[in-house]
Amino acid sequence: MTQASLGESVVQKTIHATQTQNNGVAASVTQTQPLWLLAEVTYRCPLHCAFCYNPTDYDKHTQNELTTEQWIQALRDARKLGAIQLGISGGEPLLRDDIEDIVVEARKLGYYSNLITSGVGLTEKRIQAFKEGGLDHIQLSMHDITEEINNFITNTKTFELKKKVAAMIKSHGYPMVLNVVIHRYNIGHMKEILEMADALGAEYIELANTQYYGWSLVNRSQLMPTKEQVEEAERITNEFREKSGSKMKIFFVVPDYFSDRPKKCMNGWGEVFMIVTANGDVLPCHSARVLPNMQFPNVKDTDLGWSWKDSPAFNKYRGDSWMKEPCRTCDEKEKDLGGCRCQTFLLTGDAEAADPVCSKSPHHHLIEQAILDSRNPTIAAQPIVFRNDKNSKRIIAGELKERVNEFHALP
Amino acid sequence: MDNKIENSDIYTLSLHHRFQWEEAQSSYVILFPEGMVKLHGGAGEVIKRLDGKATVGDVIADLKAAFPDAENIEKDIIGMFELALSKAWIRKA
Ligand code: SF4
Ligand code: SF4
Repeated sequence: MTQASLGESVVQKTIHATQTQNNGVAASVTQTQPLWLLAEVTYRCPLHCAFCYNPTDYDKHTQNELTTEQWIQALRDARKLGAIQLGISGGEPLLRDDIEDIVVEARKLGYYSNLITSGVGLTEKRIQAFKEGGLDHIQLSMHDITEEINNFITNTKTFELKKKVAAMIKSHGYPMVLNVVIHRYNIGHMKEILEMADALGAEYIELANTQYYGWSLVNRSQLMPTKEQVEEAERITNEFREKSGSKMKIFFVVPDYFSDRPKKCMNGWGEVFMIVTANGDVLPCHSARVLPNMQFPNVKDTDLGWSWKDSPAFNKYRGDSWMKEPCRTCDEKEKDLGGCRCQTFLLTGDAEAADPVCSKSPHHHLIEQAILDSRNPTIAAQPIVFRNDKNSKRIIAGELKERVNEFHALP
Repeated sequence: MDNKIENSDIYTLSLHHRFQWEEAQSSYVILFPEGMVKLHGGAGEVIKRLDGKATVGDVIADLKAAFPDAENIEKDIIGMFELALSKAWIRKA
């Protein structure tokens, strides 16, 4: 060992992207290994959140889920490629009865595993099995301090249950990681939400401003807060960080719509994240299936190493050679890699354009219009399309056109 | 918070953190909710020695013995403890 190697030290990677909402991550290192495997084990869910990022046509994929054996094989294969963080998410993963088996295998393989749950279906018996099986942590979604808004936005009566589950997580010695998706209905309660999280004993809380994919895109005008509200929320968060004396780690995920540069989506296409969906599709990001002319590999018939390294889909937007103007010659391109491909295609119809969030994008007016629409009382008064099987079937059947027509693919 | 590292202090990995060798990265890593840290060789050698019993002084002595050619590593080791403590990867045992 040299002196330099001891003192110089660390590459810090802050990756917080597995959350229910977040397609954006903060990380700085380019990798060609899938460090993070996100297993979206089912799209079934007892909740019906208005801001759910799951695809609106998820109902197609509730009958062809991978088997336990297929999941275990996928875990093994991904581990060989270097995956180390495992997120077990959905839908509601607890609707599957084999999460215990998946957890045991994950521990054996050396993953740091995380169950991302709404809490519905978490029982004493199951949490004990997770603990014994070696699950490392549980991330619980919370919605508000008020029962009214929790139950409204999730379209279920789950408020009391969430508090019980939080206590259960704590009593089993798990770190408490809370995820709160922020939108118009709870953004005014930021201080109270932080206090609640602190009182529950949370170690980490992620305040994830809604990003608009899947159901949340359909409900964008109904969910989007104002810029002033976002700024106030961030101010309150900073004040809480400084003054409360709380040890809780707080992540505030800024909404890209109100910024003039896009997020470096997934820390770059095919850089660190690999998502395997309920039916086995292998994706570089949750919503990649909205993109046109793409054939995503599936674990049922394709080697995972090939999918990651060699598949045309994973290579299509790696790096920056696919870019066109204004990104191609932009001196900031390494910072954001042109933003999110899915958001760009959904809003502009051109998957290779600059993310319209960027003020240099010729499509930036689309974002400005969306912000205006969300403040237009007539548009904002349209009913929320809650995420449920019935609405998914309607959207697949071509109904609700007025809510999806402006987008270039089904969100 | 008092972040001064004393030779008699005993540190251990923070709760809910896991330290392991990663073959695919050829390095030690610390894993925790929402993230991971990849440690360069030297930092890994320090964390590896935190068994809940070894004092900072023990770690320094052990590393000096293990790497007799490295000069003046004490300062670097203390620096590593300070960093790890400020990032909350380790805590007092
Ligand atoms: S409906 Fe709610 S709980 Fe269920 S997957 Fe969507 S966001 Fe998560
Ligand atoms: S022009 Fe493209 S690369 Fe440059 S900042 Fe905007 S999105 Fe990023």
